[in-house]
Amino acid sequence: MSNHRIVGIDLGTTNSLVAFMQGDVPVVISGDDGLNLVPSVVALDENDQIIVGNAARKYLIETPERAVYSIKRLMGRGIEDIREELKLFPFRLAEDLQPGEVLRIKLGDKTFTPPEISAFILRQLKRNAERFFAAPVTQAVITVPAYFNDAQRQATKDAGRIAGLEVLRLVNEPTAASLAYGLDQKQNGILAVYDLGGGTFDISILKLHDGIFEVMATNGDTHLGGDDIDNLLITIALDDIQGDLGLDVRRNGEIVQTIRKAVIETKIALSSQPSAKLDIELPGGKRYQREITRQQFEDLIRPILDRTIAPCKQAMKDAGVTPKQIEEVVLVGGSTRIPTVRALVREMFRREPHTDLNPDEVVAVGAAVQAHILSGGSEVTQNMLLLDVTPLSLGIEVAGGVTDKIILRNSTVPASSTQHYTTQIDGQVNVAVHVLQGERELAKDCRSLARFDLKGIPPMPAGLPRIEVKFLIDANGILHVSAREQRSGKEAEIDVQPSYGLTDEQVESMILESFDSAEEDFRQRQVIEARNEAETILSALEKSKKSPAWGQLANGERKQIAKLEKALQEVKPQDDYQKIRRAIDALNQGTMRLAELMMDTAVTTALKGKTMEQVDMGESPETGHPVAKADFE
Amino acid sequence: MAAESKTVSSLAETGERACWSCGAPRAAQFCSACGKVQPPQSVDCFTFFGLPRKLNIDVTHLQREFYQLSRKLHPDLYGQTSKREQEWSLEQSSLLNDAYRTLKDPIKRTEYLLGLEGVELEEQSKKATETARDSGEIKKQVVPPDLLEEVFELNMQLEELRMNRKMGEDDPALIRELQAHKTEFEKKFEVLTQELKQYWDQWDRVVDVDQEEKRRQVRDKMVDVLNRRNYIRNLVRDVNEALGS
Repeated sequence: MSNHRIVGIDLGTTNSLVAFMQGDVPVVISGDDGLNLVPSVVALDENDQIIVGNAARKYLIETPERAVYSIKRLMGRGIEDIREELKLFPFRLAEDLQPGEVLRIKLGDKTFTPPEISAFILRQLKRNAERFFAAPVTQAVITVPAYFNDAQRQATKDAGRIAGLEVLRLVNEPTAASLAYGLDQKQNGILAVYDLGGGTFDISILKLHDGIFEVMATNGDTHLGGDDIDNLLITIALDDIQGDLGLDVRRNGEIVQTIRKAVIETKIALSSQPSAKLDIELPGGKRYQREITRQQFEDLIRPILDRTIAPCKQAMKDAGVTPKQIEEVVLVGGSTRIPTVRALVREMFRREPHTDLNPDEVVAVGAAVQAHILSGGSEVTQNMLLLDVTPLSLGIEVAGGVTDKIILRNSTVPASSTQHYTTQIDGQVNVAVHVLQGERELAKDCRSLARFDLKGIPPMPAGLPRIEVKFLIDANGILHVSAREQRSGKEAEIDVQPSYGLTDEQVESMILESFDSAEEDFRQRQVIEARNEAETILSALEKSKKSPAWGQLANGERKQIAKLEKALQEVKPQDDYQKIRRAIDALNQGTMRLAELMMDTAVTTALKGKTMEQVDMGESPETGHPVAKADFE
Repeated sequence: MAAESKTVSSLAETGERACWSCGAPRAAQFCSACGKVQPPQSVDCFTFFGLPRKLNIDVTHLQREFYQLSRKLHPDLYGQTSKREQEWSLEQSSLLNDAYRTLKDPIKRTEYLLGLEGVELEEQSKKATETARDSGEIKKQVVPPDLLEEVFELNMQLEELRMNRKMGEDDPALIRELQAHKTEFEKKFEVLTQELKQYWDQWDRVVDVDQEEKRRQVRDKMVDVLNRRNYIRNLVRDVNEALGS
């Protein structure tokens, strides 16, 4: 195995996954519960320990004030952006939140920023991968919705850093899916990826050309997905309960979460059944029961699904293609399992969508493919190259509060633009710049990315300084700014104040806390695993001493084994897992001939007419062969 | 690999330099001997692709060059290299993408070339925009004289339509007239596009023979056509907005 254990991570609104290219085959790495999907749920247990994934789900119902889901919706957003979300999601904001501060969410008595909560999920995935490799994992490719803006991307990158992961690349989810698709369908042509997930919608149109994946246009809505369907059904149920049963349970977190769980089950059932039943127990012995037919469900969610149409049309227009020119439409995201979503796609693109890929896993697989490419690749990925675009136009505010667009949406990234600034007053030493993202004419209608001052301009008469500012969007879709005063040749100083997001120092302090414990966690797990393995080998050896093979060994050989056995017993209780591993390896080596002899005996015995079971192999299937060398790396 | 050698030969014109890594004479963006990315140089979009400043470009060929250069310069290929090479690859591929974007669209290409020739197009001129904004006025575009009458009439109708909308009234006759006007303008737009194409051919011929006077003439004609074309494009956009289509 190569040294580059770069994993691919799909950090989803509802579920997250980690995948890796093992040789030429992508594998999704499961958690210790054996499941590939890690629900993006984070909870604080009664001892204030962080619980992530399936294990955290029960807290949503039992102690909803100590659990959070769909945190992705809050990534890179300010308090004024999320009023709508707060109505629909049980996010509990910290009371002492200052205006302009990064959001903080309460879990029990503690507060965490959205990047920190995402980092807990990432750390869980990191651990799962470390268990898979039995080695530390420090580098990753993480996917983001294609329509994520700069702040949302930066927040995702911060989450990676906090989790102790170097994020080598952020890849857009539909693009990642196209890589996974391209891995087994090597053909040229135009491809559309329709990605309706738990919380976000993306549409991307790509041109595939001899291994080049060129995104022609992308569009979407970062707040549109399965969550919205759930919330609609929850609202209806709550209204029903109040209307029919006279109960207002809106403020009851436990009941709301119970309803949420029930409507999700109903939603999923309706993809395969013509009708499904909601049956919810309420306080005071009351019950809420309702039968929903698929037709009713489809009528209800139609307005939500219709919101995907305009982005699709815009993307086709921007790409300059008609549905006829699109050769394949790939469906991604759990919500595309809903039959009416498929019907809508069929209608819009006038063709049967491609549904062979697992819509839950394809993005993570694509991230693993990209990770593989970044680590140097192999024959299967050698020719693959991704050329992605920036989803939103980049602009700067000019006089009159108008946005002057300097990099247009759907420009291939990396992309850059050089602007020149000057001063308006004699001796002016600072120039203020306001950077925006969005398509609207007025600055106030666009997303504010950052404000910065060009400082240290040499004092000159007005209009004389010539400051060159370079805006560069990198392959992650993240903006970098640099400036130079051309007359003096001096690098102008830039003090970028991100409008939304953590400062470097904040991220740094968060890393230190969790990174230290992550390393410690990893070490402890390694010690435990090494001890378990030592235990297995020692007991297998004990048993094999009773086998005839033991007697066939030379005296010196037996002595040597005893020496190695003693050495392992000595280091086993110590805290150094590497020492334990070395002792295990030594014993494995030392018992090689013993194992061969045992194997021979077994075969001979079998030939004599005895069954294998009657022969004491010195091991039971559960404990493993004494010489089964730990197959790590 | 014919495309690569072409890039190399064009570089000879802009001044060849030695590769920082292996010392061989090299292409602008990457070393043709050892393949390593080179520090970016400030060149115009035509030079970046090793093309003369001509307006007829084979876009299929350009796309092929773009893909080939992407395979040499993209940051994904520099994941395992030094920080310095990563930065160069980032800058080089941003220059590549910017240049490809500019050249693949014939109108953008023309506007860019005119910019290189020292022309500031009305619509593009940021100075004009900012002067207008500083004085608190909406930027005025000079109405092409031959369109004066029609534009006047159209603006009257648009105003009427907006008034109607405000009052909640509907005037199908007015909408029909506006649509007819729009079709008229769209035809004119197409005529101007065709006219512009003829100037591309003329331009490419004068570039070869190096006639300063002729060159200026063609340039000025293109500026005139482009300005009128942009003006009409904005008109059509306004009508579309007013009609809500």
